[in-house]
Amino acid sequence: MTELFIFFEQIYRILFLLIPVLVSVAMIVWLDRRVWAFVQKRRGPNVVGPFGLFQTLADALKYIFKEIIIPASSNKVIFILAPIVTMTLALIAWAVIPFSETFVLADINVGILYLFAVSSLGVYGIIMGGWASNSKYPFLGAIRSAAQMVSYEVSIGVIIINVLLCVGSLNLSDIVLAQKDLWFVIPLFPMFIIFFISALAETNRPPFDLPEAEAELVAGYQTEYSGMMYAMFWLGEYANILLMCAMGSILFLGGWLSPIDLFPFNVIPAPIWLILKILFLFILFALIKAIVPRYRYDQLMKLGWKIFLPFSLIYVVLTASFLMYFDLLPGN
Amino acid sequence: MIAHAIIFYIFSLIAIVSAIMVTVSKNTVNSVFFLILDFISISCLFIMIGAEFLGMIMLIVYVGAVAVLFLFVVMMLNVAQQKNEWFNSSGRSSHIPVGLLISIIIFFELIIVIGGWKYKPDLLDSIAIEINTELTNTQSLGSIIYTDYIHLFQLSGMVLLVAMIGAIVLTFRQRSGVKRQSYFKQISRDRKDGIELVDVENNKGVKIDA
Repeated sequence: MTELFIFFEQIYRILFLLIPVLVSVAMIVWLDRRVWAFVQKRRGPNVVGPFGLFQTLADALKYIFKEIIIPASSNKVIFILAPIVTMTLALIAWAVIPFSETFVLADINVGILYLFAVSSLGVYGIIMGGWASNSKYPFLGAIRSAAQMVSYEVSIGVIIINVLLCVGSLNLSDIVLAQKDLWFVIPLFPMFIIFFISALAETNRPPFDLPEAEAELVAGYQTEYSGMMYAMFWLGEYANILLMCAMGSILFLGGWLSPIDLFPFNVIPAPIWLILKILFLFILFALIKAIVPRYRYDQLMKLGWKIFLPFSLIYVVLTASFLMYFDLLPGN
Repeated sequence: MIAHAIIFYIFSLIAIVSAIMVTVSKNTVNSVFFLILDFISISCLFIMIGAEFLGMIMLIVYVGAVAVLFLFVVMMLNVAQQKNEWFNSSGRSSHIPVGLLISIIIFFELIIVIGGWKYKPDLLDSIAIEINTELTNTQSLGSIIYTDYIHLFQLSGMVLLVAMIGAIVLTFRQRSGVKRQSYFKQISRDRKDGIELVDVENNKGVKIDA
């Protein structure tokens, strides 16, 4: 009986986390379009609901009622699995994100590795979708995106090592608590910049949206998708972007900690701070989408392998030597 | 405890079935996907026995990197239906004896290992370093690899480095006539190199030397 109780309690906790995430994904799509419109001196979606807030819900409703078309020559099982994989992977990663010291679904020892592993699995949704469509543009998009995501994961991994050197633990709550005195964005500022750019490439956001470059590949791996399956790709993509923003704010911007431990700031509940930081990073993502032109593919690869990877490796050596020389290594 | 056992059997069933499907399935891409499922369920088993670091590394290295390369190679072969040549309808394949030999050897090795562990439990006591149950996985692995056995670790790193350089040397081909962008050249170009003002005489034209 108690096992059953625990089971249902866990299910409620999961729903309590997932439903806000899904709603905020809908809101964030609206925010993305509004920022984009703001930069281009347009109004953006402003009709449905107050300030157009319900625009995404209306879009989602439209997608639900559209017909799902499965190409005759596609590999049907994998074709249907691909959006499911994308969305599941984008959602399960939220299990380890700590919103405050106690408000975390699974406080596991290797939280950052789990996040890294799940984000590296994200490439499968895209490869599966691109291959199963059995069509040229989706396949090209899938290959581009696989190469891009594998390359930028390497530099993200090295950047995470930089942070871990300063923390001495793989637990996400420990990583946040280690930033009580000093957010890692200050000593590791170059790493923060590289992490941000790599996160753009990892989530296929402009200026690195080559897998779905509309001028060359129609819509990349999503070309053959329609209706609800397209909407799932889309939801998964934005949930991934939010996740990368959350990862950035936990690794560098002090997670749920308030910027100053003084009266008006420290009464604001911890989750609000994390959400504000995620929003800040997301608005940067949206601004970059609006103001930076798309990269060429060879430039993208050159940036990842020849500039970011060596630079972050050198920074690992620098950080380690600095910590060693001044005897600041954690756990000593 | 019962829930633990049930979950264990679910994951091991998935692992075994998908391992069989890797070899049986007709479509090569499908068998790579089954291989990925196999890796994932094995990493779940690792996590269940408390080796969470190994499980995560398994996910990152095998599923996140190695299997992506597998998929790349397999997908490049033929995007249309790919037939598995090992189990074709004629049934005459020269690969089967080799595979049988290898699997028999592996089977006997497994028997030796499991038998030794079952009938001589004191073999377990002869491991070089005592298991410290207080430390987390990550800490104890780190201290064993990077502190106790650092020289062996460096040595294996050297072997891998040599292998990597060998692979690069074997596949590297200097092609001529490839146009490459050089940022330095682009930025250091100025007006004098790019533009030349010429007074053109009537009916003579300009001689262009490239």
